[in-house]
Amino acid sequence: MSEGINAALEFRNVDILFDRGNRRGAIEAALARLDAGETREEIGRALKVTVGVAGANLAVARGEISVLMGLSGSGKSTLLRAANRLNRPIRGEVRIGNGLAWLDIARCDDDTLRTLRKTRIAMVFQQFGLLPWRTVRDNVGFGLELRGMAPSIRRDIVAEKLELVGLANWADAHVHELSGGMQQRVGLARAFATDADILLMDEPFSALDPLIRRKLQDELLDLQKRLKKTILFVSHDIDEALKIGSRITIMREGRIVQTGTPDDIALRPVDDYVAEFIRHMNPLPTIVAAAVMRRFQDLPRRPDGMLDGGRIAIAPDAATATIADRALAIRPHGAWTQGALCVVPAQLSLGEIIALRQRSGLPVLVEVEGRLVGLCDDADILQALCGEARFRAG
Amino acid sequence: MAPEQWIAEHKIPVGAVMAAVVDVVRKHGLGVFDVITDSVGFCADGLTTLLLDLPPLLLVVAAMAGAWFLRRSVGLAALVALGLLFIINQGYWNETMATLSLILFSTVFCMAVGVPLGIACAHRPRLAQALQPLLDLMQTLPTFVYLIPTLILFGLGTVPGMISTIIFAVPAPIRMTQMGIARVPRSLIEAGEAFGATGRQILWKIELPAALPMIQAGLTQCIMLSLSMVVIAALVGAGGLGVPVVRALNTVQVDAGFESGFVIVLLAIMLDRVCRPKDSAS
Repeated sequence: MSEGINAALEFRNVDILFDRGNRRGAIEAALARLDAGETREEIGRALKVTVGVAGANLAVARGEISVLMGLSGSGKSTLLRAANRLNRPIRGEVRIGNGLAWLDIARCDDDTLRTLRKTRIAMVFQQFGLLPWRTVRDNVGFGLELRGMAPSIRRDIVAEKLELVGLANWADAHVHELSGGMQQRVGLARAFATDADILLMDEPFSALDPLIRRKLQDELLDLQKRLKKTILFVSHDIDEALKIGSRITIMREGRIVQTGTPDDIALRPVDDYVAEFIRHMNPLPTIVAAAVMRRFQDLPRRPDGMLDGGRIAIAPDAATATIADRALAIRPHGAWTQGALCVVPAQLSLGEIIALRQRSGLPVLVEVEGRLVGLCDDADILQALCGEARFRAG
Repeated sequence: MAPEQWIAEHKIPVGAVMAAVVDVVRKHGLGVFDVITDSVGFCADGLTTLLLDLPPLLLVVAAMAGAWFLRRSVGLAALVALGLLFIINQGYWNETMATLSLILFSTVFCMAVGVPLGIACAHRPRLAQALQPLLDLMQTLPTFVYLIPTLILFGLGTVPGMISTIIFAVPAPIRMTQMGIARVPRSLIEAGEAFGATGRQILWKIELPAALPMIQAGLTQCIMLSLSMVVIAALVGAGGLGVPVVRALNTVQVDAGFESGFVIVLLAIMLDRVCRPKDSAS
């Protein structure tokens, strides 16, 4: 596997099943039926066995944020929890590399597992999972305490991590005195404290209100630039996934449907299920000018040789433009001035295009490598918002 | 012959079986019970003697300081001091000390047995299921019923009273500990597991602190149940505040009955206020 060399964490053919009925042999029977291609509804009804994850293959490269996405019950959290064996796979491997060799988390002995959990893999929980009777300091130092580290050494590390998440002044506070956002920062600091290189985040921001959620997403991205952890992140929010994920994996009914970069997912969904997610995303920060614009090469020509852009006409060399017979200057890059068309880079987001269009009252021109290539007028913007333009760029 | 007559004539020997069991235990285990009687009696009576040897006012000051240290409440410290002074005033100091040492002993024993057993029950549902009917029996079987065999096995005195008290009080800490541990949120246990805690670390660093308010409630209940047994303990010869109550009952003395009754209530209130879990538990 070419990806395997850089992967920090790798799931190979992972099946996770839960026996609800405690009947002997139910798991084996369920596996046989799973291999025979039965759906998880059928297996669940016949054997009282829940198929959490089936046949999952995923490699998480060192230093990337890999997002698992799906509706509730799609198995994304179940798969994540296999990475530190809070859920134990029935079949398959969960491999973690130490630079020299692979270790199978699903099958290693308990001592090895505890060592991995203490030193390599940390976790952040949706409901924070903080110990309410402890101070912030003692919560952050929890993992180090479990390792048996002396309190005096612990104190310095804890102070450093609290500084990192901006809670240096709250070390002696109790958890319940903190807001939800601050509590999750404590959860982050606790995960950072063990200096684990792999971070499992199980919908860490879902319990927070939207403003705080966005703020923490930004903070996480900021921290990640410095810390370069390998992060496996579960989310049910497509906007969150597109924003923070360097790779996104979509899951459905326990199976992985598609894995790819945010662009792959947003622009080339493999099926209707994935497309349905994309339809519900917030387009303003995600869609870029390149996907919104009408290309000059697609514009019809007027009898006078100018390109017909509806309200404006553009000279074939794209050096000048006119609107209602009034000649307009073309000003490169964003800054809008009175009586000029503004030009934006192809990576500018739809939200910003709309803002420029609104302030200037004129269409927005798009350039790639110093060359004008297209324009965004009201019709193009509306079309992008409606979703039809989203799969056109590439 | 009417059917009910037939049923009545073929009596199942429930009572006879129990009597035989007690008899066998008595015959073969007499040495063991003598050792228990002697050692427990020696310790309990020794504690009572020690408490009585100290000057009462010194104990009042110590109790006040203890209440302040545990709860940081001036009102409670004052309540404890005034309550104990009232007991001295009414002339029930000696009986109160005897009751206190009996409660102390049975409570320490109940907690020492109850908390580990409660933890075991919380971790092993099978054990909890098996223990459930026994605990129900211990709490609902009328005390006088098991007073008879304890009397046979341990003779008259402090020890049978204490054994009956323990039988009656020990289900409370077992149940409360079990409930407390079982109610620890799954997410907290998982947080411990995710950071590599061993089973023992999870018990000591997560489960027990999380269950502490419930365990403390179990302690308070245990003390109250022990206290409610003082009169019955007095019937089998244990000293303490039950003795004047029994005497007042036998001689129909309203004044003595109320005096000792009030002292018991006062003791209960003081112990409850000092030991009950703090409100900020949730």
